[in-house]
Amino acid sequence: MLNAAGEPQNIVVLGGSSDIGVAIARRLTAPSTTSIVLACRRPQDAPIDGLRRPGLIVDAVPFDAVRVDQHAAFVDSLATSLGDIDVVVLAFGQLGEQSHFDDDPVAAADLVAVNFAGAVSVLLAVARVMRRQGHGRIVVLSSVAGERVRPANMVYGSTKAGLDGFAQALGDSLVSSGVSVLVVRPGFVHSAMTQGMEAAPFATTPDAVADATAKALRAGRRIVWVPGVLRYVFMVLRHLPAPLWRRLPLG
Amino acid sequence: MSPDYASEVLRGWGRSTMSSAHVATVSDRDLIDHVKVADERGVLVRGLGRSYGDAAQNGGGRVLRLASSSSDVRLDESAGTVTAGAGVSLDDLLRVIVPRGFFVPVTPGTRFVTVGGAVAADIHGKNHHLEGSFGNHVRRFSLVLADGSVLECSRKQNPDAFWTTIGGMGLTGVIRDATFGLIGIETSRCRVDTVRCDDFDELIEHMSTGDDDVRYSVAWVDLLSSGSHFGRGVLWRGDHARRDDLPVADRANALEYRPRQVLSVPPVIPGSGVVNALSSAVFNEAWFRKEPRRREGSIKSIPAYFHPLDAVGSWNRLHGRHGFVQYQFVVPFGRESELRRIVEVIVASRLATPLVVLKRFGAGNDAPLSFPMPGWTLTVDLPAGADTLASLTRTLDEIVLEAGGRHYLAKDALLGPAALRAGYPRLAEWQNVRRRLDPQQTFRSDLARRLGLLE
Repeated sequence: MLNAAGEPQNIVVLGGSSDIGVAIARRLTAPSTTSIVLACRRPQDAPIDGLRRPGLIVDAVPFDAVRVDQHAAFVDSLATSLGDIDVVVLAFGQLGEQSHFDDDPVAAADLVAVNFAGAVSVLLAVARVMRRQGHGRIVVLSSVAGERVRPANMVYGSTKAGLDGFAQALGDSLVSSGVSVLVVRPGFVHSAMTQGMEAAPFATTPDAVADATAKALRAGRRIVWVPGVLRYVFMVLRHLPAPLWRRLPLG
Repeated sequence: MSPDYASEVLRGWGRSTMSSAHVATVSDRDLIDHVKVADERGVLVRGLGRSYGDAAQNGGGRVLRLASSSSDVRLDESAGTVTAGAGVSLDDLLRVIVPRGFFVPVTPGTRFVTVGGAVAADIHGKNHHLEGSFGNHVRRFSLVLADGSVLECSRKQNPDAFWTTIGGMGLTGVIRDATFGLIGIETSRCRVDTVRCDDFDELIEHMSTGDDDVRYSVAWVDLLSSGSHFGRGVLWRGDHARRDDLPVADRANALEYRPRQVLSVPPVIPGSGVVNALSSAVFNEAWFRKEPRRREGSIKSIPAYFHPLDAVGSWNRLHGRHGFVQYQFVVPFGRESELRRIVEVIVASRLATPLVVLKRFGAGNDAPLSFPMPGWTLTVDLPAGADTLASLTRTLDEIVLEAGGRHYLAKDALLGPAALRAGYPRLAEWQNVRRRLDPQQTFRSDLARRLGLLE
């Protein structure tokens, strides 16, 4: 159970090796938190040591976004071991290389399978368990890349567009179930995923995303932009005429 | 889920905790059938939802409201006792018994609590220092157990179940009806003496010396003042007025009782609420100034003296969207320096705290989870939206527990399992009896999940 200050007893990160996911888990950890589960494809790589402290059990467990046939059983097993699940952070996702996809449509489909199909499948499994327990918070890492998809990363961007739309509607479907969904839309984040890339304007960090996420959760918001100014930037960008949009030097 | 149940988001009175449950209102006749249904999220009875935290929530499970009517009240005037259905509110009860010359043995600051809730939370009132908590006055009750059997409980009959259920937060079974002693009254008014104290030490001194001569005693502390006015307060002491205390014109209708709600808070309040540092400071200054330095024998009605906030419907919405936490603890006598330190920490936090109540408790009772113990209890409203809330209350928790004190479960929304265990050393004893009464964990609540009560 979350307490009145919104502090969780347990946190599950799907995509447990994600810098942003781990930063959010660290930021949400309170003295009353007893369990963190980092779920990812290679549990041995999950940064559990950075989260450890007395009284807190940090586990890394195998989870594969593309094995959608296992998702329901996986979430059920979490509920069995944790009891009620307080917070789930969906943080997995791959960026890919658009130039590579142009020659390899199968690789593009694989990325869609992870970023979108895998996310939809596991989110539905999580929603089912949380609806049954009558409470819970789901945090979904979307991206401004999905707000208006750019040709330069059209596969990644469109998976985030799909995920963003799905997560918002999932939140609507859970109204009055005691469960809520927070969609987080960061801009460019300095992290392992973006290493070596040139930062876009308004670039941010995993810790800043975590701070904004924690604040938005406490405030009961449904969407949060990080940094907040991107909301207004994209309000404009979304409505730019296509010829102008295509010419923008957005990388 | 049977068609009797509807999904509903339930919150505590502080509006800072929530979960969704399957809710049904059930009659006494159908109660046993509803209890016997076994499902994995369990069942809980909810009264009028006045617990401030998650005590009357059962996320994903079933929550029963007990249908009640004033015909569920059976007054035995010669014995001075009443037997009432668990779903009967003190409000209903007072409307029946006051005109006939009786008052409830214990009333909290609101009359909108049920008899079942009064037993389950072992509520206390302004007379605790002399007359103890609600459980002290309960003669017997019947308890519907998880298997559908009905257990008659009193000090002689099933005393384990009796004391485990008192203060047991609804986790032992469903209280069906209860019989308890009443206070005989000559009038429906109270005679109240007021003393204004200019600082904390004066207040403590006043309360320590004079409380044992008066039935009702409670003080309001202004936590927004610092410096030489630190901890200033107003002490109200009173008792039920006798016929002779009333003006001659009022004596004919000495037992007239007409509680009224004078206004109600609209359902929509600006996001952050209207209780903030400025409004609280203004309110506190006005309230402090309106009291004379000393006034004796003023006559007040029962609602005005005992239940002033009930005059404003849904006053809990004033704290806005994030709601609030009512932090209440007790520290033993002899720990006045810790009490003072706690007040200092709250003052330094600068969180809006318009309503701070200080009271001296008398002896506790035999219930392992009963809150009161001899000492000082302080109650303060804190905004749940404040970023510093959790760190503030953790600091306070440490001082409280270090001093050998504890927290009131009917108010709590923030504690963890460790703090609960530190404050309630008889928890294991309570758990053993509870396990015997309900081995399948049929009765559950969000509070129990948060604090690990059923483990």
